Amino acid sequence: MSRLRLLSGPDLAAGSEALNAHVQRLGPLPAVGPGLFDSVERSGLTGRGGAAFPVARKWRAVSAAGGGGALIVNGAEGEPQSFKDRTLMSLRPHLVLDGALLAARAVRASSVVLYIGEEHRTAQVTMARAVAERPEHELRHGRVVLAPARYVAGESSAAVNLLNADIASPTTRPPSPHEGGGGRLPTLVQNVETLAQVALIARYGADWFRSAGRRGAAGTILMTVAGAVTSPGVVEVEAGISVREVLELAGGATQQVTAVLLGGYFGSWVDAASAWDLPLDASMLRERGLTLGCGVVGFLPVTSCGVCETARIMEYLASESSAQCGPCFFGLRALATTSGRIAQGIADPGDLARLERWSREVRGRGACHHPDGAAGLLQSALTAFAQEFLRHPAHLGSQVA
Amino acid sequence: MSKELAIDRIRCDGRGMCAELLPELISLDDWGYPVIASGRVADQLSAQAERAVRSCPVLALTLRSVPVPEDR
Repeated sequence: MSRLRLLSGPDLAAGSEALNAHVQRLGPLPAVGPGLFDSVERSGLTGRGGAAFPVARKWRAVSAAGGGGALIVNGAEGEPQSFKDRTLMSLRPHLVLDGALLAARAVRASSVVLYIGEEHRTAQVTMARAVAERPEHELRHGRVVLAPARYVAGESSAAVNLLNADIASPTTRPPSPHEGGGGRLPTLVQNVETLAQVALIARYGADWFRSAGRRGAAGTILMTVAGAVTSPGVVEVEAGISVREVLELAGGATQQVTAVLLGGYFGSWVDAASAWDLPLDASMLRERGLTLGCGVVGFLPVTSCGVCETARIMEYLASESSAQCGPCFFGLRALATTSGRIAQGIADPGDLARLERWSREVRGRGACHHPDGAAGLLQSALTAFAQEFLRHPAHLGSQVA
Repeated sequence: MSKELAIDRIRCDGRGMCAELLPELISLDDWGYPVIASGRVADQLSAQAERAVRSCPVLALTLRSVPVPEDR
């Protein structure tokens, strides 16, 4: 069930793998040719930053637009519950750097930027040390840019905006970063896990990539398991394994589980009974109206309250709005305040109806997907915790988290 | 070609001129920000839509041409 590829190699407790060990284990950096595009395309690799956009399609778009822009190696990991990107950068930095070089050369990027969270000091150290070991000129002339510790800082247009205008706020689309336009060269933004997968696909091929995976899904994915589990943390699993199976990998639940949060704060709550057999794969979840997001799966125990948890998450997401668009700034504030009132047991009549109306109305009316993610989370909570929302006793603050 | 309304959500400041001039397609939410009906702007609303675009104080509203799918 646990299928180590990105995390295979020396014991994870040994820390960051050095360049000579990496090359000895996996061979040197492969050359880039048209074969690389084909391998990436046939592998079906999709982005691991949360949007699951087909990687080859993005590369072809950047190339078709002439290349020449930067490659942003996105390790910002703004999702608070997610640890996979930091873990990967801390343990296997050379896989990430290999993938970055392959991508940069494939799309003829002019420079490589390592985008790492400002608070993620271990990853900053391991990546800097790894870069210092490398001979490649793109890395010698590359740079590290620290992402502010904000939820939206990892959004791809926000990353580009930080480079261009010093502020990590999302910008209006179209055009997307990979399309360029508006005086900007096309910029390839790719998650660190995606690039690590590329580093292995370049060596072993598309068929090898697809030889892992369950229920028709392909490859492996990094997931962060959180909540009421014995061993929370990062695991590498075959795409398509079930929620029940990933819980077992994390040592099982510490208490009875009532609901599962799939996909982090932009994901969905699912009641436990419906969750166990769900396949953990981006496209298979999308078919069911759910999302894998950045691979966080959280298990809510019976001693915790779904309404309180949701109100807390809504408060966080509201305060993380970049405040550029009225519907997001005001709409999420209203959703947070109102769900907070329900959590505190001082709801006004009509509050539930307001939550439903506002969450429907805010969708699609921001420049980025922040309001959509927050509204989607709330809508899933209104379904998964319907009874609790109707009859919530006032106990916010007295629950064990 | 048919026309569709597009809005730059970052530029939009919730002034509301668009909803006044094109109430058939644009209403305002609880905070004064536009909710815009999606899809093609009907021919008979085209002139009004152009007026709404010109009247936006922050140039957030645009009318863009989208290709009509070919009939097969």
